[in-house]
Amino acid sequence: MKNYLLKLADDSFFMGHRLSEWCGKGPYLEEDIATVNIALDQLGQANNFYNYAVKLLDNGKSADDLAFLRYEHEYVNAHLVELPNEDYAHTILKMYAFSVYQKLLYTALSNSADEELAVIAQKSLKEVRYHNIHASSWMRIFAGGTEESKSRLAAAIENYWEYTKGLFAKVEGEEDLIAVDAVPNPDELYEEFIKITEKDFQDFGLIYPKDQWMQKNSRTGYHTEYFGYILCETQYLQRAYPGCTW
Amino acid sequence: MSELLNILSEVPDPEIPVINIVELGIVREAIDRGNHTCEVTITPTYSACPAMFVIEGDIKKKLKKEGWEAKVITQMAPVWTTDWMTDEARRKLREYGITPPEKGSNENIGLPKKCPRCGSENTRQISRFGSTLCKAFYQCYDCQEPFEYFKCH
Repeated sequence: MKNYLLKLADDSFFMGHRLSEWCGKGPYLEEDIATVNIALDQLGQANNFYNYAVKLLDNGKSADDLAFLRYEHEYVNAHLVELPNEDYAHTILKMYAFSVYQKLLYTALSNSADEELAVIAQKSLKEVRYHNIHASSWMRIFAGGTEESKSRLAAAIENYWEYTKGLFAKVEGEEDLIAVDAVPNPDELYEEFIKITEKDFQDFGLIYPKDQWMQKNSRTGYHTEYFGYILCETQYLQRAYPGCTW
Repeated sequence: MSELLNILSEVPDPEIPVINIVELGIVREAIDRGNHTCEVTITPTYSACPAMFVIEGDIKKKLKKEGWEAKVITQMAPVWTTDWMTDEARRKLREYGITPPEKGSNENIGLPKKCPRCGSENTRQISRFGSTLCKAFYQCYDCQEPFEYFKCH
């Protein structure tokens, strides 16, 4: 369960971090606020999962220790959340794929045999529904917009869609959790994901990247070339000033 | 419990000071543990609501002032919903200039939100995401003023 919680926490933590990079730099005020709101929701979810992991670990580590002081190979997030924001089309594509995944995941987890996990999932589901609506609206707008918005979104899909299957990778110990109905089987979630995104793409007027080759090795402790730079930002303060507090 | 709740209903929401944490449905229970000590159980609202940290501190401070040593416990289940907000809290929100949430945690997005200033339903959503996690940003076509809507959760 601890690894599984870290999987959920790390995904949300780095997604929240990447989205927060738009803070003060958004395309216009209301969208800037929307994106950082979504980022903050993600950090809140990460906090809940890290705190539950802390309870189970019971080894003196805090949520902050888990979030900020592990090494590359100890983080089990998917590669998708590490990808750079690039332009807004790339960011929205990440947000869209991730929100479809989270909606499926949290819906299933809301019925988990593990009560504490179920409650966090119920709470998080309320929030990610709106992330999904938001991202989907932009997908539709870009897909049905100008030549520029269409080509930027097409580039985003071409560059990033191959990372979407990585969201459904399992971590150590997950099979046992699946066997006792504590967590859903990500392979089944992936089948749903394909159905939903295929229908959405049709709805948006986009060509679905069917049978797309997918990147491997998400959640194995091997990360993209971007990850080191992210850790430099998130970990600098804690490592330069060990034991720092507000 | 009711003496403690009365004291706690003087603790305002840090972001929206016209409503208190009891009528917001944030305080689950407050139990007298004897010897001027008590246990207050609260529920988080949005996963990342920064006001929750302030509220925890405010609860301890307020109770200390009234002679109580308080332990604050955060309990997530059952999950908080805006349905726990009292009608009085909704009225105060509207008076303050924030349109209160509809009943039911599954928001009917299509339903028009009434302008808190002029009462018109001729309004539009500018953004689902407002100044805080709990609010959305709206504008009234009739009086032209912007306003915030406390979202259903």
